[in-house]
Amino acid sequence: MAMLSVQDLHVSYGAIKAVRGISFEINEGEIVTLIGANGAGKSTTLNTVAGLLKPESGTIEFDGASIAGVQAHKVVQRGLALCPEGRRVFTQMSVAENLEMGGYTRSDAENRETLERVYDHFPRLKERRGQVAGTLSGGEQQMLAMGRALMSRPRLLMLDEPSMGLAPILVEEIFSIIKQLNESGTTVLLVEQNANMALSIADRAYVLETGTIKKTGTGAELLVDDDVRKAYLGG
Amino acid sequence: MQVLMQVLNGLQLGSIYALVALGYTMVYGIILLLNFAHGDIIMVGAYISWLVMAQLGMPPVVAMILSVLGCTLLGVLIDKVAYAPLRNAPRLSILITAIGVSYFLENGAQLVFGADAKVVPAFTDVSTIQLGGASLSFAAVATVVVTAVATVVLTLLVQKTKLGKAMRAVSEDMGAARLMGINVNNTISFTFAVGSALAGIGAILYTMAYTQATPTMGMMLGTKAFVAAVLGGIGSIPGAVVGGLLVGFAEVIVTALGLSVWKDAVVFLLLIIVLIVRPTGIFGRTMSEKV
Repeated sequence: MAMLSVQDLHVSYGAIKAVRGISFEINEGEIVTLIGANGAGKSTTLNTVAGLLKPESGTIEFDGASIAGVQAHKVVQRGLALCPEGRRVFTQMSVAENLEMGGYTRSDAENRETLERVYDHFPRLKERRGQVAGTLSGGEQQMLAMGRALMSRPRLLMLDEPSMGLAPILVEEIFSIIKQLNESGTTVLLVEQNANMALSIADRAYVLETGTIKKTGTGAELLVDDDVRKAYLGG
Repeated sequence: MQVLMQVLNGLQLGSIYALVALGYTMVYGIILLLNFAHGDIIMVGAYISWLVMAQLGMPPVVAMILSVLGCTLLGVLIDKVAYAPLRNAPRLSILITAIGVSYFLENGAQLVFGADAKVVPAFTDVSTIQLGGASLSFAAVATVVVTAVATVVLTLLVQKTKLGKAMRAVSEDMGAARLMGINVNNTISFTFAVGSALAGIGAILYTMAYTQATPTMGMMLGTKAFVAAVLGGIGSIPGAVVGGLLVGFAEVIVTALGLSVWKDAVVFLLLIIVLIVRPTGIFGRTMSEKV
């Protein structure tokens, strides 16, 4: 059984239909990526799964239980965390406080343990734990946003555009950390505009276009797919 | 001696403004709402004290507890009934609603209790305390001490506790706070509860000094506290305290100079000057609009 199963999902902002009947699945242990142009409905999909938006119709099942329309703060408790687009760290709080907020649904004892693991993945966050998050560089803020999401001990981690606005070297670093996280047992749903990077680490991928799924396959297949190459990989 | 008395007067009045301004600033900090009904919650607290002591003949301590409790519940209720349904509405709608709630409370009080002032009995027989040969007003000393303690407790709450940090998270980014597993509605309710409890304490201290409850007493008090919060930098806890003290001292100084008819004008003049020179207030930081 798939860990996350989304069937015929429709989401609208007022009169604008952002997602029109998409279906996809993620199995435990996979890295799955949704790629597509701006406005294809990738972020809307993640935000809906996370509970920030309400679906118009369709089903979202996590571990076999419906989470469609469940409020965001309750979705986290089920083991599903979203690291949102634009990072959205709490800029006026310290790095440590941001991480503490990430572990809001967990006990202090659990948080102490998770914090060590997060600091292992992101040693830079440990160095800067007392620093106000707003003063971190873009790459550090992305690490903080990911570390913060990990603090809830998610079984499925959703990452929305983690490479956005980062220098190529940092993009490499972030992606290698995503790979590490996956290897240590976290299932990953990745939304990216940087299709090249995303496909190269993904087990499977879905190509979104104007709110519908155009294509699906393994990361390796789509990397060499002519249509995908033309549309998203610059030839 | 005369100067010491005036300083104490300034501290007392300033402390009351500070307490009320703290409530204003907390609610503004979390949902960017100028809760114009905040002053009227104090009015309700004053009527509860009057009701409990003068009408039901119960001891002052009961009046104090029920005033604070009543204000706390009223604050949460106002949020649930009037503001929560408008959480995603434009800010102007919720601002106008706050003005509506304010009028509702004022006119409701007038309907229930009448327009004439009710005399709130004294909370204690002690009227002065001796300190190194000087005889100080008990109400003034109590007001200053209570406000100082409330400020420290509030600061610790916001800076150190899990709930306080959640409040700061919600204040900065509601969506991101939700993703952390923070129940935003409960956090906002809690903020209203704390702010309104402070208003309840303010009601007790105010009636200690002025011994009257009238339906419109919250209007000027609320407006002055609002000025205090803006002076200090709205959203800032130390700002609310400093702003409150500034407004209190300004009024006392103007009154001591024999110009008491000008005291309100001076307070608002102070506001205008600050808004021109430093629009974010003394402790305010420039906030970028959230998209």
